[in-house]
Amino acid sequence: MTRYFFLALLLAVGPANAAPVSYTLPDETAAFKPGPNLDVVQNNCTACHSADYIKTQPQGPKFKKDFWQAEVTKMIKVYGAPIEDADVGKIVDYLAATY
Amino acid sequence: MLDRREMMKRAGMAALATGFGSVKALALDTETLPFDNGERPLVKYPQKRTMIGLTSRPPQLETPFSIFNDGPITPNNAFFVRYHLADVPLNIDPDKFTLEIKGKVDHPLKLSLKDIRKLPAVELVAVNQCSGNSRALFSPRVAGGQLGNGAMGNARWHGVPLKTVLDQAGVQQGAKQVTFNGMDGPVSDRTPDFVKALDIDHARDGEVMLAYGMNGEDLPVLNGFPLRLIVPGYYGTYWVKHLNEITVIDSVFDGFWMKSAYRIPDNACHCVEPGTAPTATIPINRFNVRSFITSVADGAKLKPGTTTLKGIAFDGGKGIKEVAVSTDGGKTWTPARLGKDLGKYSFREWKLPVKLTAGAYELKVRATNNAGDTQPADPSWNPPGYMRNVIETVRVTAA
Repeated sequence: MTRYFFLALLLAVGPANAAPVSYTLPDETAAFKPGPNLDVVQNNCTACHSADYIKTQPQGPKFKKDFWQAEVTKMIKVYGAPIEDADVGKIVDYLAATY
Repeated sequence: MLDRREMMKRAGMAALATGFGSVKALALDTETLPFDNGERPLVKYPQKRTMIGLTSRPPQLETPFSIFNDGPITPNNAFFVRYHLADVPLNIDPDKFTLEIKGKVDHPLKLSLKDIRKLPAVELVAVNQCSGNSRALFSPRVAGGQLGNGAMGNARWHGVPLKTVLDQAGVQQGAKQVTFNGMDGPVSDRTPDFVKALDIDHARDGEVMLAYGMNGEDLPVLNGFPLRLIVPGYYGTYWVKHLNEITVIDSVFDGFWMKSAYRIPDNACHCVEPGTAPTATIPINRFNVRSFITSVADGAKLKPGTTTLKGIAFDGGKGIKEVAVSTDGGKTWTPARLGKDLGKYSFREWKLPVKLTAGAYELKVRATNNAGDTQPADPSWNPPGYMRNVIETVRVTAA
């Protein structure tokens, strides 16, 4: 009851703040694990997303080369990642070997 | 889009840190979610309490599940955050913000936030849930944001009906859909911008809302400040944040985020045999029915005797009719007492005292809505990992 009264009060007053808002995102918490072709991965993957997007994906024997090949292909075909053909295999190898 | 310098600045910390083997970590601690590879940093962002960090860029934060036991309204500072694209608007001047309404309308409009605030306001309590909430609990696992159950929240939204501004603009004959675009965008111009669409009748139903208030305050930046679309009963993908562009069109929108992404199997369960692909798909739409036990965690040890179980239930807008609880793994069910009704789109709290003598228990909760829809005993599966709504189980021991 008290809670809703409090909310009602706030709404009656209304949010009046119209100052410009400047928001600072915290620094990133995750880094890529060491592995083969790490530099290629950093050059191609980090522009659009942080390393934790990769680190948190499902892991295990079913999530190796085919899984990562499909993900890299999706990034190129669907999201337009400008990855050169020569780098695709290197990235897949790093991901399959490292995660 | 981000310019290259800004992009490198944002990416730089991760890249640099790798070289030296350490990161200027913001992580306070970690929490391990109940699935393989489920360890997550607990992170602190401006305007947010400690949240479960899924990804830094784009920002994705999950609500710690214990918050859902505190009450039916999810506080703004605990509300989940999900972006698709990393160019998040970080400098927003509400006095310069405009919402454009264009396309198949008689009077294209550019409304300031002040203009919008002058329109007759409405309020609605509604759940926002990510399509992929609970994706990491799918078996077999699927690629995508690996979320536990914390990509959902319930808030009191304050704003104006979308219908009001569409009527003001004068929708023309032959209009089929309305598209919604926000200030956030991709890093590369080759990545499809995040734009969503609703059918014209849905957009004009009087419930779809342009919200500038959330639980009595401005929207937090990462929840769409200064204006976001509220689509009651629909998955969060439609709740476009930082909304600044509305276009009425006379065709079915064929943008990537409608035509190719956020599609579900076109059948009653929106599911397929695990590991297979659907033959036909449709855009994801309304929530199915879900319910959770919030008062005890899986693996908890309780004192023998009476324990009052508590939790939440919700659906896509029919409203919750019944919540039943089982303490014997689903063999027998007892109706719970429902809490205050905050509206058909809200979390509905439930409570039930149960007597547990010494032993091990599989507690289950199952909700049914006013249309008779309920939750499956076995999980449904689809390739993108959407719409999980299996009957939840919490294992506890009384000793």
